[in-house]
Amino acid sequence: MINKIVASPEAALADMKDGATVLIGGFGNAGMPTVLIDALIAQGARNLTLVNNNAGNAENGLASLIKAKRVRRILCSFPRQTDSWHFDKAFRAGEIELELVPQGTLAERMRAAGAGIGAFYTPTAFGTRLAEGKETRRIGDIDYVLEYPIHADYALIKADRADRWGNLTYRMSARNFAPLMASAAKCTVVQVREIVELGELDPEVIVTPGIYVKRVVKH
Amino acid sequence: MKKLDRREMAARVAKDILDGAYVNLGIGLPTLVADYLPKGREIILHSENGILGLGPKPAEGAEDEDLINAGKQPVTLLTGGAYFHHADSFGMIRGRHLDIAILGAFQVSVAGDLANWHTGGADDIPAVGGAMDLAVGAKNVWVMMEHLTKQGESKIVQRCTYPLTGARCVNRIYTDLAVIDVKADGLHVVDAVEGLPFEELQRLSGVPLKKRAIAA
Repeated sequence: MINKIVASPEAALADMKDGATVLIGGFGNAGMPTVLIDALIAQGARNLTLVNNNAGNAENGLASLIKAKRVRRILCSFPRQTDSWHFDKAFRAGEIELELVPQGTLAERMRAAGAGIGAFYTPTAFGTRLAEGKETRRIGDIDYVLEYPIHADYALIKADRADRWGNLTYRMSARNFAPLMASAAKCTVVQVREIVELGELDPEVIVTPGIYVKRVVKH
Repeated sequence: MKKLDRREMAARVAKDILDGAYVNLGIGLPTLVADYLPKGREIILHSENGILGLGPKPAEGAEDEDLINAGKQPVTLLTGGAYFHHADSFGMIRGRHLDIAILGAFQVSVAGDLANWHTGGADDIPAVGGAMDLAVGAKNVWVMMEHLTKQGESKIVQRCTYPLTGARCVNRIYTDLAVIDVKADGLHVVDAVEGLPFEELQRLSGVPLKKRAIAA
């Protein structure tokens, strides 16, 4: 019998190792898996590479991981915000490495990882600093930049409802990067609002099928 | 001559958005355009974080932290709106499905190069978000910005000195002084604020402008 439901966030992250690459869902605070992030801080893993759209807001979620000095490197599209003080401080002190990635390229690199694509050409960023040193190619009359997938050890995401097979639905714009991250990581851990019986989720509206999910925690 | 204020600029831009258009509004000044969309037109706003059919901001107390726009402000969803994930959202952008992206800018060049993500300062933390995707992907890229910097220098330039967001991507510039089309043969003035003669606009802009050919 398949049962991906785990008793606690701590149990779900117990095998996290130093140096892991961790995809963290959320766009700002929408879809941010705060319970899992708190558990990751408690778990103690260091030298993490994180992927998220932002680099943390105020004292919440991802910002608290940076504050706890667990992050060595971050890939994101929009680190600079009025309330990103923990990142700003760590970045200026040289404690954290930043790879700035255009938002659509960030999403597509994770999609590619989950879909078995070796690399892809995108028109985004051609002729800009963010394409410097990258392979380019003209196809038809458009210039493209070659981008590689982002594979990860873990994805920590938030969903709305799940069943024991790990099928997921999301709520409003909290969906954002989560379905892509779920597909790109070896171990996807999901924080959900509600766990329902198998069969209760309408198969027509399941967004992330359980094949992408390893562990589910109700918070 | 009276410069347009930010709200008047937003109203000027909104007037040009046609019924049925799919539009992305950038963070900051462009976001104001949402308040001035002409009544009677169905215009669908796209948000990078997976929304089509953005509605007005919610009543106080009715905010939902799961429903925000790209600027992370609380919003609502219009009847008929849809949610989707980020790869779909940027597929819509790069796949040339959006009719218009309206973006802020530090500088636009005569060739339509756009600089709006990084001042290039050594201590400045860069942030790009979806700007580079929108610049290459939208069918039309409209820039909305003040015509001059605080020091009085034109933000329409021969060559951008700030790092580029996209090359040759801007189709139209809306400023507090004028509306200017970017075409292969140069910059064409569509209109200017009342009391601003072409020659004065030309002098302030510092790059060659053409008077718009009168349509037959």
